[in-house]
Amino acid sequence: MEKRAVFDEERCKGCELCIEVCPEGIVHLAGHLNRKGFHPATVTEQERCTGCMFCARMCPDLAITVYRPDKRAAGA
Amino acid sequence: MRVAFERPAGLTDCPTHYCPGCTHGIAHRLIAEVITELGVADRTIGVAPVGCSVLAYDYFDYDMIQASHGRAPAVATGVKRALPDRTVFAYQGDGDLASIGMAEIIHAAARGENITVIFINNAIYGMTGGQMAPTTLLGQLTTTSPAGREAPREGYPLRVAELLEQVRGVAYLARYPLTKPPEIGRARNAIRKAFQTQLAGKGFSLVELLSTCPTGWGMTPREALRWVEEVMVPYYPPGEFRDGPEDPGGGPSRKRVG
Ligand SMILES: Cc1ncc(C[n+]2csc(CCOP(=O)(O)OP(=O)(O)O)c2C)c(N)n1
Ligand code: SF4
Repeated sequence: MEKRAVFDEERCKGCELCIEVCPEGIVHLAGHLNRKGFHPATVTEQERCTGCMFCARMCPDLAITVYRPDKRAAGA
Repeated sequence: MRVAFERPAGLTDCPTHYCPGCTHGIAHRLIAEVITELGVADRTIGVAPVGCSVLAYDYFDYDMIQASHGRAPAVATGVKRALPDRTVFAYQGDGDLASIGMAEIIHAAARGENITVIFINNAIYGMTGGQMAPTTLLGQLTTTSPAGREAPREGYPLRVAELLEQVRGVAYLARYPLTKPPEIGRARNAIRKAFQTQLAGKGFSLVELLSTCPTGWGMTPREALRWVEEVMVPYYPPGEFRDGPEDPGGGPSRKRVG
């Protein structure tokens, strides 16, 4: 499964606003620290991600890129 | 897979210095997206204030000027009058706009200056360490209202959108909170309409964004979002206050759209 919500760990400040708004509840803070010293947000179960973009639209640091399946390429 | 959401053009790659969870970054994104959509990126000039967004010139990929405290609408006035084909916006906090800069904003509005103002109301002075702002709510703790703002001692919080609503010359006026994606979508539409008002030459436009300052408020970023919803929104009702120049008869112009 290709990733839908891709988090740029080094831009993340661990504010958790993405966690607050994710309707699926699949965003969590990682156990490790990034170079800024924050626990970066990450999606644990990509297969449950619907690509709703809530996390990305909430992220003050624009650390999140969201991908959706290309319907034409998939023949749908 | 195709990209559904990515960092918009109009913002530089520079990571912001804003505190974790501060909604200044969301406001920056909305402006950049709208400017790109409207196709005016190459002729946009922004005026940054004094306050946490003082470094906005590092973050917006437009020609930027940094004005002295509260004077962004005056600087924007000069730029727009000298270069009327440019899209000119001022970006101001509530200490900047509603305190030291109250005269500048009221008179820019009254002159109907054809500029757009993005007003970040986070109910506090963020940059200087959390002092009371004119917009600080009753009961709110700040370093200069340590017992909580009380009307007999510190006066009442100013409602800027309501104040400007009565000013002839205001062509577009709205207020939305940056609390959840749907609200952020409404804020984005309002910013778009504000810039469209300027592009149509209709006059002064302002969008007030209810924002967070988790650091100044002494809250986690998530608590801060809820505080905006529970405490700020009831006192600062969201909606569109004006869309189009005021009826010359002076009748009520407010339409609340959620
Ligand atoms: C003439 C002048 N007076 C006072 C200051 C100090 N000062 C810097 S930022 C600020 C308040 C900023 O608050 P706000 O506009 O709410 O922006 P925020 O930092 O919350 O985004 C003040 C009073 C200054 N820089 N210049
Ligand atoms: S002090 Fe407040 S307004 Fe300034 S960057 Fe931090 S959270 Fe944002």
